[in-house]
Amino acid sequence: MKKATNKRTTLSRVLSYVGKYPFSLVGSVLCSLFSVAATLFIPVFFGDAIDCIVEGNVDFNGLFIQFLSVAVATGVAAVAGWLASLCNNRISCNVVRDLRKDAFAKIGALPLKYIDSHAHGDIVSRVVADADQFSEGLLMGFTQFFTGALTILGTLAFMLLTNIKIGVAVIALTPLSLLVARFVASHTHKFFVEQTQARGEQTAFAEEAISGLKTTKAFAHERENEETFERLNARLEKASLNATFYSSLVNPSTRFINNLVYVAVALIGALDVARGAFTVGGLTKFLSYSNQYTKPFNEISGVVAELKGAFVCAARIFEFIDEQEEASDTLLPALGNANGNVSLDNVRFSYTPAQKLMEDFSLSVSCGKRVAIVGKTGSGKTTLINLLMRFYDVDGGQVCVDGVDVRQITRRSLRKNYGMVLQETWLKYGTVRENIKLGREDATDEEMYAAAKAAHAHGFIKRLEKGYDTLLAESGMLSEGQRQLLCIARIMLALPPMLILDEATSSIDTRTERKISDAFEYLMQGRTTFIVAHRLSTIVNADVILVMEKGRVVEQGTHAELLAKGGAYAELYNGQFG
Amino acid sequence: MCYNNAMKKLLAYFKPYKKQSLLGPLFKLLEATFELLVPFVVGLIVDKGLGARVDGGYPNADVPFILAMCGVLAAFGLFGFLFSVIAQYFAARAATGVSADIRLDLFKKIQSLSERDVDRLGTATLLTRMTGDIDRFQSGVNLALRLFLRSPFIVFGAMFTAFLIDPSSLGAFALTIGVLALVVYAVMFACMPLYKRAQENLDLVLLSTRENLSGARVLRAFCREDSERELFERRNGALTERRKFVGALAAITSPLTCALVNGGIILLLYTGALRVDGGALSQGSVIALYNLMGQILIELVKLANLIVTVTKAAACGGRIEAVLNRQPSLQYKENTPKEPSGAFIRFDNVSLRYTDGAEPALENVSFAVSRGQTVGIIGGTGAGKSSLVNLIPHFYDVSEGQVCVDGVNVQDRELQDYLREKVAIVPQKAVLFKGTVRENLLWGKKTATDDELWLALQRAQAAEFVQEKGGLDAPVEQGGKNFSGGQKQRLTVARALVREPEILILDDSSSALDYATDAALRAALATLDTTTFIVSQRASSVRNAHIIVTLDDGKTAGIGTHEELMQSCEVYREIYFSQYQDGKGGARA
Repeated sequence: MKKATNKRTTLSRVLSYVGKYPFSLVGSVLCSLFSVAATLFIPVFFGDAIDCIVEGNVDFNGLFIQFLSVAVATGVAAVAGWLASLCNNRISCNVVRDLRKDAFAKIGALPLKYIDSHAHGDIVSRVVADADQFSEGLLMGFTQFFTGALTILGTLAFMLLTNIKIGVAVIALTPLSLLVARFVASHTHKFFVEQTQARGEQTAFAEEAISGLKTTKAFAHERENEETFERLNARLEKASLNATFYSSLVNPSTRFINNLVYVAVALIGALDVARGAFTVGGLTKFLSYSNQYTKPFNEISGVVAELKGAFVCAARIFEFIDEQEEASDTLLPALGNANGNVSLDNVRFSYTPAQKLMEDFSLSVSCGKRVAIVGKTGSGKTTLINLLMRFYDVDGGQVCVDGVDVRQITRRSLRKNYGMVLQETWLKYGTVRENIKLGREDATDEEMYAAAKAAHAHGFIKRLEKGYDTLLAESGMLSEGQRQLLCIARIMLALPPMLILDEATSSIDTRTERKISDAFEYLMQGRTTFIVAHRLSTIVNADVILVMEKGRVVEQGTHAELLAKGGAYAELYNGQFG
Repeated sequence: MCYNNAMKKLLAYFKPYKKQSLLGPLFKLLEATFELLVPFVVGLIVDKGLGARVDGGYPNADVPFILAMCGVLAAFGLFGFLFSVIAQYFAARAATGVSADIRLDLFKKIQSLSERDVDRLGTATLLTRMTGDIDRFQSGVNLALRLFLRSPFIVFGAMFTAFLIDPSSLGAFALTIGVLALVVYAVMFACMPLYKRAQENLDLVLLSTRENLSGARVLRAFCREDSERELFERRNGALTERRKFVGALAAITSPLTCALVNGGIILLLYTGALRVDGGALSQGSVIALYNLMGQILIELVKLANLIVTVTKAAACGGRIEAVLNRQPSLQYKENTPKEPSGAFIRFDNVSLRYTDGAEPALENVSFAVSRGQTVGIIGGTGAGKSSLVNLIPHFYDVSEGQVCVDGVNVQDRELQDYLREKVAIVPQKAVLFKGTVRENLLWGKKTATDDELWLALQRAQAAEFVQEKGGLDAPVEQGGKNFSGGQKQRLTVARALVREPEILILDDSSSALDYATDAALRAALATLDTTTFIVSQRASSVRNAHIIVTLDDGKTAGIGTHEELMQSCEVYREIYFSQYQDGKGGARA
């Protein structure tokens, strides 16, 4: 029951996407109408032409008139047919474009929690492969559905005009083929679902395997990967075979039914003729119409199967589009240029309810202060950043900037106030220039050079094949350290009022780090800064040092205070230099 | 034409499905034969069943004969149905089987490429090829197997029958079919490259999607959601426009086919009319010829639709083929001379350039290491440290000089198995895979026992947090997202240790660790008799190594022990003092 309503909503949603192109839709119907009508008239003209060809006495004038009619009808049918295809093509391409657009917009609106916990390959498979299959199905549906339906109506009219009895018999038998088509199609549904699922899973695995290729090679793990892939591949093959085979049964079965219809027509017709109620010529014409009548049924039933698959794909895309978004913040005020007073009040947070992390976490930082966060890996340093940037929302308590709860302002305006460099560098597939200007798009080249120089990235960039226009592929090419320098250059260009540096220099050698430290000092001047670092050199000058352990701050103070205290910080410090 | 080339390699994949690929079309032919026979049976009903016409009626109609013939027609239908089901099965079996095999080979191929090759191609396009392109290829093959034989059979069958009825009509038929073939070929020729380019736009759409998932944090931090959306919409729009354009072009095929066939019929009727007028042909024959041409028309329209799908499939097939044909850029050598020398690992004047003409990443590097020694590699960002250690397991080819393990050039084909099994490299970027901690660790050695795994975890200083997360069966999310950077690094070190490698390479793999943990890790490693390479920025990480190789802009600035380098190497001293203010390691910079 539930499934049925789901399907209906998928259908109505697809229709609402299609409805955005009413002109193409109307154009498609009208052009199909003209094309079908012209096509139906062509045999009539040819029939009349043949009547002109009488042994020894051919009516050439009549023949030419019929030829002319055929030529005109053919021209109309061809042009209208092509125009209808253009409309259909336009609809299916545009609908899929809109669908992809909405799915992509969704990626930007989803909470990071979703993105962090779902296989990227599967989402990619929905936006790319599923959308493609949907588009194919839709195009096929439009192309054949209208012409098919119109041909059926047209021939039906001709048949009823010729012989009501047989016409009625044909109409009576028609539902049979529809029933069969329906029966087969409904049984293929689950195979289509299986196919798309298997494909999504395989894409997810392939995505992970290709992006982790270096590790795979380092561990000579290719064979094991191949085995996993083979397993997923076999599953996909099987699902795909089932979906392809069962859906391709629709056509032969309806054709079989239609053949029976044909036999019925022949039988009734022949017996009628025998009784003198019908002519041989009439029967011949009728049989050819019955052929023309059943053909679109075959096509439509084929389309039904294709559409079935298309709708399964559409449903998967809709499922993604329907995911819970982050709460909308468009009505909230934007945070202007912040002074940089940051406070966390009694914050409670955990990634999974079962594993408590932050309980009653409080911290107050006044503007321009430098906060260093130290602690063993896994003590909650990165979590703090997730909360400051509002990548995640607190479960209890609040995070405030300049006294305002960050949930009361737009995320955009909050994030604009922060400059963030993460340990895990992420570069866009694009040129060096595009990557640095990610910080501030409208920056001039001079500003960009200055930022790159301050980050000591200018030198190596210059040495790249095409300098600032070198295309950076996903990895390789640059060392981790160089990648970090680029990320720092971004911040140097953006100059936001607050900074978050999460192990920002971990892959940069100390000599280079020293060289850029002046620039960093200048950058941090008057800016509230959160530094996560294990290099104590970066930490000792901080105004406040937070020592974190298991989601709690266990010590807080300046370098000297904490050393004197002889607690956890002193232990860490001595661990490094002792 | 590219079509032929594209298909050649892929055709080989049909070999295991030879039976299905032949039987599918064959059964389709049988079905078509029944279809061609139907008009004859109807003819029999009219001619024999009804008997002679008397006063507008048929008093001699043979009703049992009519019934029997209708029975025959129904039987034809039934057999046609059965044959067609068999044909559909074989076609589906061959199409899905061939596609699955290609998909697997494609995956294997991609894994055999070097990381640099994959970067150059782009992960996005590789994924499209493995999914979207193969999907389209599969539906093309499926349709082709079902219709490709059937349509020409009916077309030429009808032509042959026409020849029997009236040999002189052959000209009209041949002309029509010839022109049609030309049109089909022209459309395919024009559309194929256009489809290919449309698929390239699809690559970009996939790229945007992937990037916005993997870079969600950074893009949001820089408030790039809107501009990324605009970029996506541009790419998506370009894809749509290209698809629309090629779709419009391909859509010409079907109406044009109709128009041409109707033109052919006019020609046929006209020449027929001339001969009927002269008494050389009967009206009945003209009708028969007309019907045959009609049958051809229906079949050709079907074929025209098929051509579009096949063109798409061929374009996609070409893209798949391009990856399959890509030669891995790594070079191997056969039977290199084994040089007996005391050194376990030796670099002889090694230079490395990533692209021809680019500045060398390494230049004239030479050093030798004995078995069991610990080697420190230190130097600035981009000095070539990673490049150097990646040469040991033969991830790249040297441009000049040679790297030898146990006296054998690492490019020697016979050494590859040893390199794969006995060298463990922990890359800079810690990568974990979805699954459990145990599954990730077993990458190192499939047969490792739990005790061995725990030992490795302890050595890698990872036992404590793994215990906290729930032991070996603790889940690992995609990319190891549920572990912090430092935890991931330690897990990847543990994974390497599980292997008990003879050569262990830590490529800056403790950068996210605090100093205490780093020191504990090194102390644990020192107890092993593995030959260890430690790449680091930190002087503290390498100072106890037997040999320290100091790199500066791809050249060796100094090789020796800590004490020697402190004496002789300016670069090393600078690095050291940037981390320790005085030589004894008191305060900091």
